[in-house]
Amino acid sequence: MTPTISKPNGRKIQLMATCLCDAFFDNVAKATVEVLEHAGCEIEFPENQTCCGQPAFNCGDWTASRQVMRHTANVFKGDKPVIVPSGSCAAMLFHGAPLEFEKESDLGTINDLAGRTWEIADYLVNGLGIQKWPGRFQARIAFHRACHTRGTPSGAAAMQLLESIEGIEVIPFGEAEQCCGFGGTFSVSFPHVSSSMGCLKLEHITAVNPDFVVSGDMSCMMHLGGLAERGGKPIKTLHFVQILQAALQNHA
Amino acid sequence: MPEQKVDSYARRLDRPVQQAVHDNSAAGTEKRYGSLAKDFTDADSLRRLAGAIRQHSIENLDTYLEQAEASLTRNGAHVHYAVTADDACRAVSDILKKAGAKKIVKSKSMISEEIHLNDHLATQGIESVETDLGEYIIQIDGDHPSHIVKPIIHKNRRDIARSFEREGLGDYNDDPQTITRRARDFMRGKYLGADAGITGANFVVADTGRLVLVTNEGNSRFCLAAPRIHIALVGIEKVIPSDSELTVLLNLLGRSATGQQLTVYTEFINGPARKDRPSGPEEMHVIFMDNQRSEILASNCREILRCIRCGACLNVCPIYRQATGHAYRSVYPGPIGAVLSPLLAGKNFKQLADLPKASSLCGACNEVCPVDIPIPDLLLRLRNKAHEEHLPSPGTPPMAGFGILASSPSIWKIAMKTGGLSSLVPLEKLPLPYLSPWLKTRTLPGWRGGQFRSWMKSRNKK
Repeated sequence: MTPTISKPNGRKIQLMATCLCDAFFDNVAKATVEVLEHAGCEIEFPENQTCCGQPAFNCGDWTASRQVMRHTANVFKGDKPVIVPSGSCAAMLFHGAPLEFEKESDLGTINDLAGRTWEIADYLVNGLGIQKWPGRFQARIAFHRACHTRGTPSGAAAMQLLESIEGIEVIPFGEAEQCCGFGGTFSVSFPHVSSSMGCLKLEHITAVNPDFVVSGDMSCMMHLGGLAERGGKPIKTLHFVQILQAALQNHA
Repeated sequence: MPEQKVDSYARRLDRPVQQAVHDNSAAGTEKRYGSLAKDFTDADSLRRLAGAIRQHSIENLDTYLEQAEASLTRNGAHVHYAVTADDACRAVSDILKKAGAKKIVKSKSMISEEIHLNDHLATQGIESVETDLGEYIIQIDGDHPSHIVKPIIHKNRRDIARSFEREGLGDYNDDPQTITRRARDFMRGKYLGADAGITGANFVVADTGRLVLVTNEGNSRFCLAAPRIHIALVGIEKVIPSDSELTVLLNLLGRSATGQQLTVYTEFINGPARKDRPSGPEEMHVIFMDNQRSEILASNCREILRCIRCGACLNVCPIYRQATGHAYRSVYPGPIGAVLSPLLAGKNFKQLADLPKASSLCGACNEVCPVDIPIPDLLLRLRNKAHEEHLPSPGTPPMAGFGILASSPSIWKIAMKTGGLSSLVPLEKLPLPYLSPWLKTRTLPGWRGGQFRSWMKSRNKK
């Protein structure tokens, strides 16, 4: 994964809400907006945005994926930073897309978008230089570092912000580096392995009995939350921006 | 719906076997991490350096291979080239026949597994004994390794005790020390009676012609102590420029493989016995084998040739831990195998084209790889190759429709709003073939399509 260095970090930004937030997690997208506004950002939400194209990319259909990515690059054209509340969709823009466009004539356009794309925790901490988050949130949380933030500063950035909030206790759990088993279409084409991976993750997490399971990617939370609910032992999941948002509300 | 082979293998697997492989792999990952963190403040930069060394080596293989041949010849070794697996097998048996050798001892080598050397030697009437304990157990059981460095990770000591009893190596006894002592006693006779010793090589140094072998049991040294002939079977990609690169690579190999700073034995072999160097076999042969490696070097997956076969990616891989090694139906399992095996299959790529799909693309393999191979990128490239070749992939949804939908914003917005209709019908009842495997073990959150867009619009109006 490409480390984020010398990306533009102006406060006029474009928000990519992601298709999962568009379809299921409007509260996460709303929290993203409020958190960015608190950080002093002026947010533009391009109406024609759809998806980052990752489902087709991961299935090997790069023709379909590039079709989506070309649309996305057109929607987010300009020179503003593009902020994404998902390590996975952000990595698709700054790592996956350049890979699938390696031999395409419009690689330059794709690289330009890649160079402006930030995962939100990385942007807050390393783009805007925010070291501490104000407010209070009383909870013991288990933080799942989403896999597509490996090799990027995002995981550490999210942890730094969470740990700076008064009242939060981040509790460690076993085999923390392991995947939740989602993997996009992997979860439907390898249902046994995928579910087994998720159940093992849940075992480790529930063993430490957190109030919330928190991540920077709603896809992981959708998978773990869905498994736990089907298994009859629901868990409470949150995107970390929802905690930042809630902490602001408790800010004196 | 037809199943993915790796998934159905995992589903049918004995739970205790899966649990044992999981626990052993997880412990391996911990040990690796511990040994690197203890000695290096920035192990990551060391991995990247090693990756650059290996990338340089394979990209200049034409130069280094020629140099290695010259150095080995200067040291007194005979150098042979084998294009295919069959050529390599024949090269070994030809050398043995010429020397009248009937009995050989072998140290562990993945390349000999790759070409099924023991089967070939058996057809030529040559007795070949595996001397690595794990490999010996695999051999007497007629089994296959399920891990690159821990070939019997799928077996327990009771299985092994039964095998030893069956082979006449004493009454049933599952005490590991007893098993090991019996194997040692048996092996001593084999070493002394062998005409030739066959090894692999972890590295071949181009400028000195040094062959580097790492083991923990010392069996490769015994293989070279009594026999008159040494045959080293080596993949062409094993060549490195000079001895100094070994300082980086050996520091990473032991730690990545087994959490050891260095393996118990590291051998530097500088050629056959000479007047000024009287110990060791009188005759030394090095067989460089291609077997698709040139094709891989020319492909967009060439980084896989950096691999130094440590097995760290297997240990950390959640799919390997659930499915275990034999699920991969090939000599090289796990993430490395999911890339390497379909490529080594060459024209038979399609038979193993499902393996690159057996990954959630979590990237843990890349994170632990001592030579920083971008395994997830290579898996993706092979998925694209399979798609371009129109190979079937069970359970993978077709994506052409998604491509149109997600690049047509007006249809997308309608779909977001109307997707909510599905909440009126129980999802399980909808004729959506790709949804049912999800819903069997997982629920879906309630549909909230378009809600954020409306909220954003109403805010902007204010």
